[in-house]
Amino acid sequence: MTLPMNAQNVSVDVSLVSIEKINTLSGENVKLCMQCGTCTAACPMADEMDFFPRKVMHLSQFGMLSRMNDINTYWKCASCHSCSVRCPRGIDIAKVMEALRQLVLRTSKNYIEPSEMPAAQIKELPAIVMVAGFRKLTS
Amino acid sequence: MKISYYPGCTLKLKAKNLELAGLASLKALGIDVEEMDRWNCCGAVYSLTDDDLIHHVGPVRNLVRAKERGADKLVTLCSMCYNTLARANQLMKTDVVKRDTINRFMDDEIDYAGEVEVIHYLTLLEEHVGWDKIKAKVKAPLTDLKVAPYYGCTLQRPQDVGIEPMGSFRLMTRLLEAIGATVVPFNSSDKCCGSYQVLNAPAGDNDAAANVLKAANQAGIEALATSCPLCEYNLGKQQEQFLAKSKITAHVPTFYFTQLLAMALGVSPEVCHFELNDIRSLQLLEAKNIQAAA
Amino acid sequence: MCETTTKQPEIKVATGDRAILPEGAKTIPIFVMGKQYQVPETLTIMKAMEFAGFKFLRGAGCRGGICGACPTVYRMAGDYKLHFGLACQTVVQANMYLAQIPFFPANRASYNIEEMNAAAEGIQALYPEIFRCVACNLCTKACPMEVKVMDYIAALKQGNIEKAARLSFDCIQCGLCASRCMGEIPQYHVAQLARRIFAKFIQPRFEHLVSRVKEIESGKYDQMLDELTKMDHETLKKIYVEREREPDLSTLGAWKPKETQYL
Repeated sequence: MTLPMNAQNVSVDVSLVSIEKINTLSGENVKLCMQCGTCTAACPMADEMDFFPRKVMHLSQFGMLSRMNDINTYWKCASCHSCSVRCPRGIDIAKVMEALRQLVLRTSKNYIEPSEMPAAQIKELPAIVMVAGFRKLTS
Repeated sequence: MKISYYPGCTLKLKAKNLELAGLASLKALGIDVEEMDRWNCCGAVYSLTDDDLIHHVGPVRNLVRAKERGADKLVTLCSMCYNTLARANQLMKTDVVKRDTINRFMDDEIDYAGEVEVIHYLTLLEEHVGWDKIKAKVKAPLTDLKVAPYYGCTLQRPQDVGIEPMGSFRLMTRLLEAIGATVVPFNSSDKCCGSYQVLNAPAGDNDAAANVLKAANQAGIEALATSCPLCEYNLGKQQEQFLAKSKITAHVPTFYFTQLLAMALGVSPEVCHFELNDIRSLQLLEAKNIQAAA
Repeated sequence: MCETTTKQPEIKVATGDRAILPEGAKTIPIFVMGKQYQVPETLTIMKAMEFAGFKFLRGAGCRGGICGACPTVYRMAGDYKLHFGLACQTVVQANMYLAQIPFFPANRASYNIEEMNAAAEGIQALYPEIFRCVACNLCTKACPMEVKVMDYIAALKQGNIEKAARLSFDCIQCGLCASRCMGEIPQYHVAQLARRIFAKFIQPRFEHLVSRVKEIESGKYDQMLDELTKMDHETLKKIYVEREREPDLSTLGAWKPKETQYL
């Protein structure tokens, strides 16, 4: 179900189907989030994110995937679990971020292109970077 | 008790210093581990989506190999390998449905149900050697070296596979104390180094790593002891750029904890391959007059 | 009007040098791209398909199981399991559903071998996709040559070129591994590069080969070759028939030719 809503000239898409998708993929319940912002406070990458983790959790609670299409938050997430271990509601937020990545990656879209990486960079980086990075950022 | 050793890809190329110093130390301590002769990449990161089982196949296959060899325990050095293998092991132990699916998909392997215990090298040192014995074997104590343990993410999170409770850095602290170093309290021991995001950002832009080093500057730390090739890369290899951008005030030499252990045990510096670290790492040891006693 | 007498299916003998039908051969049903054909049993897939009327313009080469041109994927009716084989080597079975995969699009990096070296990073930089391997092992299961494909990719991730070169030695470049890879890795191209790097930069050079090449370059054999090329057909035939030959099954090193001028 998709409900078009209009508030202050901002059109948003609230989608129960999308909430369900995020919950099923992550195995978590985003509705438990109480918007305290502990995740953002704990996040080492927050400064580089378009939206803070708290806001992404908020949008997830309404299934507003279209608002999250072009943001870098879940791509900047380093899966460090700093948020997950601190969430007072017990949500494994790293899993929610992974679900948001997977929703894109499963449509065969890459966030980075391994073939376009300069050879010098690949030669210098340890294997562990490529393995982990390609898992998280390529489809 | 048979202990198998899982090396991990990076330790065979870019992080030889982590592995060779670790294995030489075990030899010096009289502990016998058997390196696996057939193994594959663990995947480095544990898959976090609920329906994605295929990414667990890599780590589980290694656990199957350990079981085939009759190992009771599987020890790893790399934090990320440890985390991925330990989490996959826990999944195979506890989730009957997923275990069954994974076992059936891997019809070319024997069934696995969590029979092998995955441990980290630091746990091996505590349980199978003991800090007192290590202390007794030290030939070149790291006197006056002000060092802090840096755990990063994957040794402690999530809690159920952490090598010790969140916020406790006992294992590496006890080790560093046993080898004579001065352990400095450090508030960023479990802060993330930015991990694989280095793929996604130019060198020197990694603020997560810069923040850890800045905290080390402020705490008067001379060196950081790490256990993860990714942490070592992020913290150790970008300091010139961080300095140039004034993100840190001074260099912080980084070591794998195995290199410090090996040096204290009198293993030759050549075995520790300091040329793979930043040049300041070895210079710091030389300045502190820490040389191999062998 | 219904004829009830059971009639043995008429066996058509294939023309040309293709299918040679054994005496009293029975026919069995196989399914090529979903369509049923009755073919004589005991034939290879390739000959059975030719028997059924297919002509191979591509996808057939040596017909001896070594060129890698005729990889075939098949399933037995009612079973989920996929099987893989070479059409020129695999014998047909009743109710096999098969399709040829003569070519699979796989990324082949271009490089100048002279600019490479013994470091594994060179291979990793040309084929970063090897780091996408998830160790599912579908590549190994697909290999008609029983190469441990997953293991050699693992070896290259670990930087062990020699192990990869040795493990992949039997590869015939058919590409079935790549067709099954969820990491989209062109394993067989990567392995070929590993073997080239191993042979050029890691494997010690054979000294006898070096000295023989020197002899050739110094012109030691030029005169002999000139004489041979100028020889008339009959003389050539005569000296070929009269040539010295090592006896079959002779012990290693026990036989020496009388003519040692060119040794």
